Amino acid sequence: MAGLTGRMSTVVKAKVSKLLDRAEDPAETLDYSYQKQVEQLQNVKKGIADVVTAKKRLQMQESTLQQSVVKLDTQARQAVSAGQEDLARAALERKNVAQTELQSLDTQVSELEEQQQKLTDSEQKLRAKIEAFRTKKEVIKAQYSAAEAQVRISEAATGVGEQMADVGLAMQRAVDKTENMKARADAVSELEAAGTFDDITQLGSGEDDIDRQLKQLSSQPAVDDELAKMKNEIGQGGAPATPQIAPGETGQPSESGQA
Amino acid sequence: MIVRISGEGQYRLPDSDAERLNELENGVVSVVEAGREDGYAAALTALLDYVRANGTLVADEEIETSNVIIPPADLTFEEAAREFTGEGLIPD
Repeated sequence: MAGLTGRMSTVVKAKVSKLLDRAEDPAETLDYSYQKQVEQLQNVKKGIADVVTAKKRLQMQESTLQQSVVKLDTQARQAVSAGQEDLARAALERKNVAQTELQSLDTQVSELEEQQQKLTDSEQKLRAKIEAFRTKKEVIKAQYSAAEAQVRISEAATGVGEQMADVGLAMQRAVDKTENMKARADAVSELEAAGTFDDITQLGSGEDDIDRQLKQLSSQPAVDDELAKMKNEIGQGGAPATPQIAPGETGQPSESGQA
Repeated sequence: MIVRISGEGQYRLPDSDAERLNELENGVVSVVEAGREDGYAAALTALLDYVRANGTLVADEEIETSNVIIPPADLTFEEAAREFTGEGLIPD
């Protein structure tokens, strides 16, 4: 029997074997091993459903943030027109964070989509193998003595188990991938929950902590650039004496869309 | 022999391919060990493509145990570095 002695495949194979050991009980009876495969297939389906749920959640977050970006942009423009640079800067900082988060969500969504596709493919393979195992088991039982049949069926069960372990490994990686980006997503979710992206005109004086977090998250050069550009486009508004929006006041709804 | 690309599927290859596969695999490991991230993707792709090009896919309903299992195509350099440098799980 041929095999590789390389370190890489040894490591990967050891991983799969570990998963296999966990999944298999050598004392199983023949029929029980099929029953267990079917059960595990259900777990795989549940795992895929979890990935889909995670993806949908991210997509919902995306559309909320998209709305915030539009709203904050409008408000920044209004603030620039009114000559309220601080307010404009605050809105742009929020917009910047929302945009950065949008990009990272986008990456996450497409990664999850890829994972979902792979898991679905693996699940199909697994289902086909389990079905083949069911048939093979009956044939073996009819042809061999009980002891011999046990050996042959265990071999086949190991083959199915390997496919199962492979799906398990893919599932683990899908979970790891979403975990990796969770820290930043959590930070942004907190800001979102605090209403940070909602309405810049709701800014009170007690928002120091949020502002500090925002400054850490947003890219200051990008904010500076955008503010300069906006001021250029709008031409400073020229009438700072009559601010259209002030901190604490109720703002104009973004639908007004004046620039 | 049967080679599984993790997360992708099983391929049947002639036993005589083992040596070439070993070389390609060592290629990936040495790039990772040298910390050469720029050469990593090419080395891993070379290994995977060799299997895909020279092997025939094992049908979904065929039950085979793999002789070799190689990592998934989307294994990142960081993941590879964690897994395959130093002594690895099993020392040579």
